[in-house]
Amino acid sequence: MDFLRPASWEEALAAKAEHPTAVPIAGGTDVMVEINFDHRRPEYLMDLNRVADLTEWEVGEDTVRLGASVPYTRIMEHLRAELPGLALASHTVASPQIRNRGGVGGNLGTASPAGDAHPALLAAGAEVEAASVRGSRRIPIDAFYTGVKRNALAPDELIRAVHIRKADGPQQFSKVGTRNAMVIAVCAFGLALHPAARTVRTGIGSAAPTPVRAAGAEEFLNAALDEGGLWDNGRTVPPSVAERFAELCAAACDPIDDVRGTADYRRHAVGVMARRTLAWTWESYRGTRRTTEGAA
Amino acid sequence: MRVRLTVNGRPQEADDVWEGESLLYVLRERLGLPGSKNACEQGECGSCTVRLDGALVCACLVAAGQAEGREVVTVEGLADFARRRSRAARDGARDGEEAPHATGTPLDAARRWSAHGTQEPDETQGPGGAGSRTAGEAELAPVQQAFIDAGAVQCGFCTPGLLVAADELLEHHPDPSDADIREALSGNLCRCTGYEKIMDAVRLAAVRQSEETRP
Ligand SMILES: Cc1cc2nc3c(=O)[nH]c(=O)nc-3n(C[C@H](O)[C@H](O)[C@H](O)COP(=O)(O)OP(=O)(O)OC[C@H]3O[C@@H](n4cnc5c(N)ncnc54)[C@H](O)[C@@H]3O)c2cc1C
Ligand code: FES
Ligand code: FES
Repeated sequence: MDFLRPASWEEALAAKAEHPTAVPIAGGTDVMVEINFDHRRPEYLMDLNRVADLTEWEVGEDTVRLGASVPYTRIMEHLRAELPGLALASHTVASPQIRNRGGVGGNLGTASPAGDAHPALLAAGAEVEAASVRGSRRIPIDAFYTGVKRNALAPDELIRAVHIRKADGPQQFSKVGTRNAMVIAVCAFGLALHPAARTVRTGIGSAAPTPVRAAGAEEFLNAALDEGGLWDNGRTVPPSVAERFAELCAAACDPIDDVRGTADYRRHAVGVMARRTLAWTWESYRGTRRTTEGAA
Repeated sequence: MRVRLTVNGRPQEADDVWEGESLLYVLRERLGLPGSKNACEQGECGSCTVRLDGALVCACLVAAGQAEGREVVTVEGLADFARRRSRAARDGARDGEEAPHATGTPLDAARRWSAHGTQEPDETQGPGGAGSRTAGEAELAPVQQAFIDAGAVQCGFCTPGLLVAADELLEHHPDPSDADIREALSGNLCRCTGYEKIMDAVRLAAVRQSEETRP
């Protein structure tokens, strides 16, 4: 095995071009487990910790450009206002030790259906900035997950950053597990209200071969909110609408039975989380509407 | 490959390190510092917890090469680390992270490390008593003394990781709530104590720390 230590982003891209089989290691919280257990013996291990750019983030007008290696701890501390869904999801990852090392770039690299960042990214709306010596491109998050633990990166590409839409409304993240800490999701659900665009977006984790959006459920809810004038009149979402939304979210799942839970349980739990996160976010939206109107 | 790093304030060097080796292996097998324990090698148990450039991490998940040029604090150097931090705080420095490295814990001292403060704690003073320090107290970090006094150690396998994690909590959070303590220690498993005595120990260390810093 060879240990590559690029000191800059350019060096990292050059090294990846020269050795496409090189396995990047950022926080190491996925890679080291595989190496410790002899599940993986890469020819080249490429340390990204020396590439300082990757641990930085920029808050722009509409998006946050989140460096691939920004640890979850930083997201929780510094980006709660801009990225509330991702901050909530980050807080549910493992333990303080893991959150100090692991980040979204590694979560995307592994592309496990159970990765906690995915539902939050899908719900918020995001693009993955992938780069190689050939250039740089933006992969829409919906197109990034291509199969179980597979993603859209080419062999010579690295993730430079993720561009995530800044929240313009309430967001929630919910995860089912057997404990409060150190638990891989049985299933997870992210929901984001986008009042400016008058749309709702979702993300489902651990209930299909890849993280997915519940597109049918989103369409249904967008239409129902629109028809009822709910974005404007701030009424509560009718129970029948919330119920149908939950059913459609459950229907968007394609889960399996495994040690963590059965397919039926996952479908059921996703429905429950969909209904609850809708209630939480919508209440919060109505609350902020009342305050802004009260102030006007 | 060769890995150079600072461990407990002293520069160290390990040779013939395999590229896929963990920092934990380097500490235990190459530098002879077995304080950080190896139980799961998959980040689940926290018994290998150390500080890496100040951050709390599982040493089993850091590749040895990633620790090149970095500063590591293990349980063997915790007493010295805590002492330098409180000295720096007293001297008005902002925090202990910039503490001078002139001191530190040499390897041979760390290898011979033993709890000099483990004389029987005074029976008349319960865990809550701030006065229940033993004579050798200066050799231990406040959290270490508190773990002894509160009876938070049974088999002791989880203890080094918990000490490093608890010390980090009190560094950033001098007056933690029970929820803060539970959260901060959520990455450290203990199979013996049921955690209640560990909670007591952290509360005790927090109380003592606040009494010490009060003017
Ligand atoms: C005990 C434990 C508990 C865990 N609990 C959770 C949990 O609750 N939720 C959760 O989502 N995850 C969990 N994980 C998994 C892991 O912590 C996350 O997936 C984390 O986000 C990985 O980030 P990392 O930086 O450590 O990745 P690494 O291990 O460094 O890398 C992971 C993968 O991504 C690739 N990669 C890393 N950076 C880049 C880049 N810039 N460009 C291209 N590829 C890259 C690597 O080659 C590798 O294939 C847990 C892991 C452990 C050990
Ligand atoms: S040995 Fe590192 S967490 Fe268990
Ligand atoms: S004292 Fe035995 S594992 Fe904690």
